[in-house]
Amino acid sequence: MKIDITGLSVEYIMRRSGDKLIALKEVGFSIATGKFVCVIGPSGCGKSTLLKVLAGLQSPSAGEVLLDAAPVQGPGKNRAMVFQSAALLPWRTVLRNVTYGLELQGVSIQEAEKIAGDFIDMAGLSGFEESYPREISGGMQQRVNLARALVTRPDLLLMDEPFSNLDPQLRNVMQLEVERIWEQTRQTTLFVTHLINEAIFLADEIIVLTARPGRIKEIVPINFPRPRKLGIKKTPEFHVLEDRLSELMDQEFHEVVYQQSQDDRP
Amino acid sequence: MNSSLSRYEKLLVFGTTIIFLTIWELLSSLKIVDPFFISSPSRIITSAQWLFAHGLWNDIRVSLEEFLWGMALAILFGVILGWALGWYRTLSVVVEPFITMMNAAPRVALLPLFILWLGIGIESKIAAVFMGAFFPIVFTVMKGVRTIDKGLFDLARSFGANDVQVFTTLAIPSSVPYIMTGLHIAVGRGLVGVVIGELLAAQAGIGFMMSRASSSFQTDKVFVGLVLLTGFGYVLTEVLKMIDKYFESWRI
Ligand SMILES: Nc1ncnc2c1ncn2[C@@H]1O[C@H](COP(=O)(O)OP(=O)(O)OP(=O)(O)O)[C@@H](O)[C@H]1O
Ligand SMILES: [Mg+2]
Repeated sequence: MKIDITGLSVEYIMRRSGDKLIALKEVGFSIATGKFVCVIGPSGCGKSTLLKVLAGLQSPSAGEVLLDAAPVQGPGKNRAMVFQSAALLPWRTVLRNVTYGLELQGVSIQEAEKIAGDFIDMAGLSGFEESYPREISGGMQQRVNLARALVTRPDLLLMDEPFSNLDPQLRNVMQLEVERIWEQTRQTTLFVTHLINEAIFLADEIIVLTARPGRIKEIVPINFPRPRKLGIKKTPEFHVLEDRLSELMDQEFHEVVYQQSQDDRP
Repeated sequence: MNSSLSRYEKLLVFGTTIIFLTIWELLSSLKIVDPFFISSPSRIITSAQWLFAHGLWNDIRVSLEEFLWGMALAILFGVILGWALGWYRTLSVVVEPFITMMNAAPRVALLPLFILWLGIGIESKIAAVFMGAFFPIVFTVMKGVRTIDKGLFDLARSFGANDVQVFTTLAIPSSVPYIMTGLHIAVGRGLVGVVIGELLAAQAGIGFMMSRASSSFQTDKVFVGLVLLTGFGYVLTEVLKMIDKYFESWRI
């Protein structure tokens, strides 16, 4: 699914004070079909907001968002989102959480459970199909969240820090898994992360956003051949990219600190 | 919680109950306190035996019938109205002040009206139970629907869920724990409704039996009614606890 965004701005109205908060300001970029794109930027710069706009959950205040040349009008079956908080239904078992998206899209329960089986294995959840969310670890909940989106086979996969609750080892494993799955499906993917090395490992392109209000600071192409092995994280090329991106991020981090000191002024 | 009592604790509960009953029996049969006021376990048993042979079953059946009908109607309409009020903002703006006011009114004062409208048969008592049980259910269910997790809402919508799907897959299940909370309050209020209704004007029922016994100074029979009602309330609470357990995983 091809993405074309021009002049996208998103403003929130703060409920208490009625003040405007500009989350994204004049953001524009294009993503070709089948690309894996990572988004990084300081906390609160509008990364989740960007994904919500693409998911059709948040309408833009200004600008144009085209998916395969058609403007976004609300959510659609061709997109799926992996939420930052796992957002599992506590009254459904792991299996029925994974099938939830399919059920909403009109797939029968038997059919949905059949399809879900593969993805449950893939996410390392076998044996926990009948457990309830409160009975599994935070990391496993996050994997249910991932499987639930993948199982609908979307043309555009939106992932909002899907691995933030995983320990480093598991995180590596899941990065490999996501890369492997993506090799097979080649679905256009937008992946938000805080970790620079995760972004480099996964991405064809990295979009770096500025501190709030989020704008595009830079778009960095990543050209490691695929399929990628964890070994590339130790190569000099990787380190060069890592240094460059952390420098970009540091500049923005200072901006955040500066903003906060301004906010704190009496 | 109670179900996990250790053997020692169970023994303790059993022991204290026996001691309590023994003291009660002794106080009464040694005439330390006049049994006219406090009856005694043995008198209650004798009295109960006589009552069961002389129509107590019918009183129990009538009271149960009143309670169950009133509760069923309260649950049915309470849950539906609660869902509707939680879901449709405009409706709640119009209707909520009304039911808040009705809930604040002393409901006992409505009983004479019910008796005028519905007579002294079981219908007026069903209404009394309904009035007690309906409001706590409406309010808790309404709150349940309103407090659906925003994240879950986004999730459902991201998969293209329509309003009906959001309602059936999110609003209904997430209101279940709230319905249970409402039921706990409603059961108590419903029981009060039965008894007060029957004390006021009735043709049968446990409350009716108690009021007749009281006006002819038969303390023992009054106590039989009291024991029955207490037992009934206890059983209901235990049943609710079991249902609570079943729905435990539904809580967010
Ligand atoms: N529903 C909302 N109402 C008001 N303000 C909001 C809302 N959602 C987000 N914001 C604000 O918009 C800004 C961007 O939020 P967003 O969640 O997109 O940031 P983020 O980049 O995903 O941050 P993080 O990395 O911490 O997840 C933040 O300052 C946030 O407080
Ligand atoms: Mg975010």
